[in-house]
Amino acid sequence: MTEPVLRIEDLRKNFGGLQVTDGVSLEIGAGELHAVIGPNGAGKTTLINQISGTLEPSSGKILLNGADITALPPNKRAALGLARSFQITSILPRFSALENVALAVQARSGSSYKFIGSAASESALNDQAMAALTEVSLDGRAGVLAAHLSHGEKRALELAIALAMQPKLLLLDEPMAGTGPEESERIVGVLQRLKGRFAMLLVEHDMNAVFALADRISVLVYGRVLASGAPDAVRADPAVTTAYLGEELE
Amino acid sequence: MSMLESAAAPVARGKIEWLPVAIFAVLALAPIACAYGAETYWLGLFTSVMVFAIAAIAVDLLCGFGGLVTFGHAAFVGIGAYAVAIFGAEGITDMAITLPAALAVSAIFAYLTGTICLRTKNVYFIMITLAFGQMAYFVAGSLAPYGGDDGISVKTRSTLFGYAIFDNDRAFYYCVFAFLLASYLLCRALIGSRFGRVFRGARDNPTRMATIGFDVFRYQRVAYVIAGCLGGLAGFLLANATEFVSPAYMSWQRSGELIIMVLFGGLGTLHGAILGAASYILLESVLGGVTENWKLIFGPMLVLIVLFARGGLIGLFGAIKRKLSHD
Repeated sequence: MTEPVLRIEDLRKNFGGLQVTDGVSLEIGAGELHAVIGPNGAGKTTLINQISGTLEPSSGKILLNGADITALPPNKRAALGLARSFQITSILPRFSALENVALAVQARSGSSYKFIGSAASESALNDQAMAALTEVSLDGRAGVLAAHLSHGEKRALELAIALAMQPKLLLLDEPMAGTGPEESERIVGVLQRLKGRFAMLLVEHDMNAVFALADRISVLVYGRVLASGAPDAVRADPAVTTAYLGEELE
Repeated sequence: MSMLESAAAPVARGKIEWLPVAIFAVLALAPIACAYGAETYWLGLFTSVMVFAIAAIAVDLLCGFGGLVTFGHAAFVGIGAYAVAIFGAEGITDMAITLPAALAVSAIFAYLTGTICLRTKNVYFIMITLAFGQMAYFVAGSLAPYGGDDGISVKTRSTLFGYAIFDNDRAFYYCVFAFLLASYLLCRALIGSRFGRVFRGARDNPTRMATIGFDVFRYQRVAYVIAGCLGGLAGFLLANATEFVSPAYMSWQRSGELIIMVLFGGLGTLHGAILGAASYILLESVLGGVTENWKLIFGPMLVLIVLFARGGLIGLFGAIKRKLSHD
């Protein structure tokens, strides 16, 4: 069997006496979109933070393409091909949309200890950034300050930043959070197009989006994986229905 | 910290910005005008304007572009100044030795203190840079062989390979002018460069910068060392300008003055720092002639500028220009 892109082994995190991640193990294969769902406070964002490196797990292992990244800082994980979007939009507000993405390109192409020469006019960086913006249909807004983009556009910009990193694994923390139905649809469309190109871990509350996109779904409740499997199997699981889906889909 | 927000959009490309050109033109021509008045006095005054402008540019680099409000930058000015004084006391006055020494000691001090300071953020960063500044101040005051608290006079201005190029006030003026121009152009290039983009990005959103793969701390430390060297350069020139060095150069009031200059001129613009330094020093001289308590007049001016012209004098110019072109 080939090594999965992401393998999490018995991951645990506790804040004092509170067990937020309680022995989570999961695998994501190449090109697979794995959705993690669960009620508020289930520890979904905590899980993503541990994978991306902004939060240190109490115990357990995280492997990216077989390499143990459990102790690496976020910037080193990014260099190994891990990209993420944030639940609360995280962009550079005083930079143009293009520059937001160009910085992500810059991070993986050549040294950034260059003190002369205008970075903003490096066409190699800008071309790749523009390509990423085109994929999320933001090419028409390339020159706009990121702070001036609409909420949905900011979410799309985060995706473009992640794309520009040419990731092996993309962590998506509620990419539809706070967007209107039209914008959600647009992001689902983008993700649908990206599916298969790299592995993705999607945390999302929008069940329509999750069932439309996911190859596999894991249900997280109180930091524990309650069920994991194909969307239909998860939907049919009575334990899941009572724990979570019941409240949402009734 | 909305007061310290700046509208620093990346420097526009391919377009000549007239304000910096005008500032440097005025500085280049000032000695000619000075010849019609009390030449030594005015020339000296404009020289110190340019010396402090170099230090203010360094502070603007950190505060305006990096979001790193440093309250101890006078320490670097003092280090540069003491390099001249201490070498001078030992009989070494050539800048081929003293200037690299001043820069090297500043760089080392910046690297060591930066390694600690940059682990902190916001108010903690301000406090810890202040603490290191005060440490340097007290160390200077305890240098008994070099004047201690009283300071020490610099007997001869620095020479270059034996040539006394600083001896003529006008020649010295243009040397300082060249250093200021070089510092300004260096910082400008730096801000637009790959490095500068990462540094500016780290101010906007360090978490985002880390998750796209940048080790923010290292970039900030390099910028801190560069700003420290510029401070050291200003100190080297200051010692030659005043021919005297004392621990007072390193006091926290001096660091505060540098921040005031940058805020007054316009944060995050670089040439605003020059305008701010000029305004501060010239107002000190003019108002100081009227009353000893000139800060009673300057204080409210600063408050008004910060309240009503967010971008300092530069912001004020911009607002007036927009108003005029609107009518």
